Formats: sequence, C-alpha cells, structure tokens
Amino acid sequence: MRNKTWIYYLILALIAILFLMPMLWLVLSSFNVHARQALKWPDQWTFNNYLTVIQNGRNLRGFGIGLYISVAQASLVCILSLMAAYPLSRYDLSYKKPLLYAILFMTSLPMIAVIVPVYKIFVRFHLLDSIPGVILYLTASGIPYGVWMMKNFMDGIPKSLEEAAFVDGADSVQSMLHVVAPLMFSGICVVFIYSFSGAWGNFFIPYILLNSEAKQPASVILFQYFGKHGAIEYGALSAYSLLYSLPAIFLYILSQKVMSKGFTMNGGDKG
Amino acid sequence: MKTNRFLRECRQSILLIPAMALLLLFFVVPVFLTIFFSFTNMALTGATAKNYDIVGISNYIRLFKDKVALSVIKNTLFFLAGSLLGQQFVGFILAYCMRECSATFRRIVGPCILCGWVMPEIVVSLCMLAFFDMEGTANTILKTLHLPIISWIFGFPMLTVILANIWHGTAFSMLNFQSALDHVPRDMEEAARVDGANRLQVLWHLLIPCMKQTIGMNTMLNTFSTLGVFGLIWAMTGGGPGNKTTTLSIYMYNAGMKNFQLGKGTAIGILILLLGGVCSIGYSFLFYEREKKSRRKFGKVKTTLAERREG
Repeated sequence: MRNKTWIYYLILALIAILFLMPMLWLVLSSFNVHARQALKWPDQWTFNNYLTVIQNGRNLRGFGIGLYISVAQASLVCILSLMAAYPLSRYDLSYKKPLLYAILFMTSLPMIAVIVPVYKIFVRFHLLDSIPGVILYLTASGIPYGVWMMKNFMDGIPKSLEEAAFVDGADSVQSMLHVVAPLMFSGICVVFIYSFSGAWGNFFIPYILLNSEAKQPASVILFQYFGKHGAIEYGALSAYSLLYSLPAIFLYILSQKVMSKGFTMNGGDKG
Repeated sequence: MKTNRFLRECRQSILLIPAMALLLLFFVVPVFLTIFFSFTNMALTGATAKNYDIVGISNYIRLFKDKVALSVIKNTLFFLAGSLLGQQFVGFILAYCMRECSATFRRIVGPCILCGWVMPEIVVSLCMLAFFDMEGTANTILKTLHLPIISWIFGFPMLTVILANIWHGTAFSMLNFQSALDHVPRDMEEAARVDGANRLQVLWHLLIPCMKQTIGMNTMLNTFSTLGVFGLIWAMTGGGPGNKTTTLSIYMYNAGMKNFQLGKGTAIGILILLLGGVCSIGYSFLFYEREKKSRRKFGKVKTTLAERREG
C-alpha cells in the first residue's frame, strides 16, 4: 500500500502545477519590465507597472466606483435578507414552504436570461446609466441566496433566547436587532463577504447597464483595456488585474476564517 | 377565526416586504416580460418599441429555422457538456487523490486549484488569453516537450473556452467532492478491501454510489453557472471566430442589446430559462430532500447528547 501512494502525489502535483501556471504568470509579469504572453522569470524587476496603474485617474475612479457599488450592494443584501429571514424562521406562515421553494429556485436561475427585459425596465424608469440602479439590480440578484443563508443561520439560534427578551417587553424587531442579529454575526459576515465578492467581480451587469465611461467600475475598465487596444501592454494589465483580484482573494480567505469558527448556538439554552 | 389568522400573517409578513418587492420588480416581472416579449415583434428603441404586434410563436419558428441559431444551440450544449465533464472529472480526481496524501501536501495543492476559482471572471479571461496565446505558456510547454504548437484560440476556440472554464470552475467541484468523500466512513472502505476488492472496485461499487447525490447536485449547480457564463467568453473571443464560440447568452446579447430585436432576444432568453429551469426544479428538490435528511440526523445527535447530559 505504502509504495503506491507516490502516484497520487504525482498526479496531484502535475494538476496543481498546470493550474498554478496562469496565476503565476499574472504575478510575475506584473513585476516584469518586458512582460510577454508566456510565463517567464523577470530579467528586470520593477514596480513601474503598479505605478502606472495607480497614477491613472480613470483606474482609481474605477476602483472607487467598484467599491461603492459592492459595499452598498452587500449592505443592502444583508439588511433586507436579515429582515426577510426573521418571519421565515420564526413564524408559522401558511405560504412558507412554497415561498422557500421559490427562493431556492431563484438562487439557481441564470440571471442573464432575463437581462433583455430588465434593460427595457431600466430604460422605462430612466435607471439606465445610473449607479443606484445597478446597485438595486445587483441587490435583487443577491437576495435569494442571502435570504436562504440567513434563514438557515437563524434557525440555529434557539427561540428560548428570544423569549427572555419578550418577557422583558421587547417586540420582535427589537429582539431581532438586539438578540438574534448579534448572535448570528458571523453568518451575517459570510453573507456580506459573498455578496461583496459577487458584486466586485461582476462584469456583465455594469457592462450592460452603465454606458458612460465616467461611471464604469474596475471590471469594465479592465475589459476595455484588453478588448480594444491592438498591442496589449501585459505588464500594466496584469498589475491592474492583480490589484483588482486582491480584495476577492483576501475576502475568500477571511470567509474561511469566519466559517471555521462555526455558527451554531446550541450551548445557549442550557438549563 | 379565519380572518384573524389572515391578519396575523399579514402583520408577521411585514418584514418580508422590501426583499420581496425587489425580487418581484427585478426577477419575477422580468421573467413574465421575457415570456410576453418573446411573442411580439418589439424592438428596443424606435417606432416598433411602442407600436408592437403580437406575432405568436413566429420568433421561435424563425429561431429554429435559422442556421446560426441551431449552431449556437449546438455550441451551448458542447460548452455545457465539456465544462461539466471536465470540471467534475478533474475535480473528482483531485478530491480522490487528496484523500490519500498527507495534510501538508493537501494544504499546498488546495490553494493552487482555488486561485482560479476566487478570481473575478475578467481576470480569468485575461490569464487564459495569455496562456493560450500563440506565444503563450501552453505553447511554450508544447515546445519544450518537442510537440507541435497549436493555434488555440483560432484553431480550437471552443476547446479553449472550455479549458478556461474548467480552470475557473474545477475548485468548486473539488470542494464538493472532498466533503462528500469525507463522509464516507473509512472502515467501510477497509472492510471492502479486506474482502478482496481492488481500488477500482471500491471506487465504482462503494465511493461513487455513496456520492450519488453530491454528483447530482454538483452537476446541476455547474449547469446553472455554465449557462450563465457571459463575461468569460465575451472577453476571450467575443463569440468568434465566426460564430464558433457563440453560446445562447452571447447570442441573446447580440440579438437583444446590439441589434435591438427584443422579440428574438427574449425568445433566446426563454430557451436559457427552460434549460436552467428544468435543472433548477431538480436541484431544489434534491436540496430540500438532503436538508430534511440531515436535519433528521442532526436532531437525533442532539437528543442523544441531551440524554447523556441528563444521565
């Protein structure tokens, strides 16, 4: 048995190297003076690629807009889905089961299929090319997943904890804000992080719904850099891509940390 | 009594309203509009934007008579099948091999696979464009192995975008399979080995049946994400060369937003919805069943713990 395990190591190592190469190319060429398409160890190291990216006002504005859209969207998703999850988790509503099915159904529907009528709606309500409009639409697309997650986290919090608050005269909104929400803080963090990364990485919604150059977030600007220009400046482009990917990578690691702490509050209702 | 209950439910549902309103406006209404528009000859702007006619199913008839549309459907199915098979096959191999390797090695390999998954779609297309360029890394590898170089993006565009999608999506399948394999008890496997089953037999008769549900759910989740792929292909090939990598979502974008044919665009949208909807129903069903089962199991564990505490 023992002498056969090297095969597994070999297979894994080969696949891992193949998967790592494109990422390694991105990192190395962002520091390379003469970056080309192929993976190569830089003969001359430089920070100039990053400097040219940062010194460009349009790029910085793209990051700013992306940040604004993502933070606003993630906050809205958290607030609205926390509110919606409370009745779904606590009350015995007659329409609960079909609604939950519908929400689950919506989490998995490809949003792009309805983009044409959404565009029409945006034209009709003069929301086209407006950042708040994009935030609203992204929020709507994040809500099914958010509600589903929040409801599950909330189910893990014993009702008896709330009963103490009710005895003290709190209403359900107060109980939700002061008892339930603090207890499921890590769950809220996870929903926030997932929504944020989704919005930060989203390309096609801002690409379709925002026309003017001054309003485009980082994802659309990045696309235009390698979509339009004939000769691609690989050094600066990969520096930009890396800067743009960093929040997504960082947040993913953070979400793993939060999740590994665990959510359930089963010890809460002892005795 | 009945009105009482109705009033109580209304009061309890107030907190649901804002979220549901957004879903209604940007999810439910567009779905119904998609269905309605696909039966009209509406244009996005201009005279026929307001004075449109109901044209019945002629959008669909035209779609199925159109040679381009048929090749687009074929492309979509190819892209779907290639991505699903590739992602799940590689993901499964990774998860299976990782079981046999040391924890340190797993901790090194895991992030290598994950890096393609956590990166934004557009960055993925940039990395892949460079990787599969004529002078890119892929051809450099082929050259060092003394193999003929390949014109990936122009010669085999569909294969290239499928490989790009595999790079992007495999980590998700790997994670799912890893957690499913963790739940297969080790002693069950050992018992089979003692009984004389070889590795392949264990894999085929024990591990795969144990993971059936995970494989099903994973397939469906991957189907949704693959059907929704737009940016990756759009940034890599723009649907070209010719129409070789035009999938339904790109075809819809071209028809609806570029050529302003709302009727045709929404008819294509319906096709995507149908493909996704069928999978979505299956997925919701499987998911709900699994939830129920795990809750039952979880409840049992809890009661035994409580009993122990009392005793």
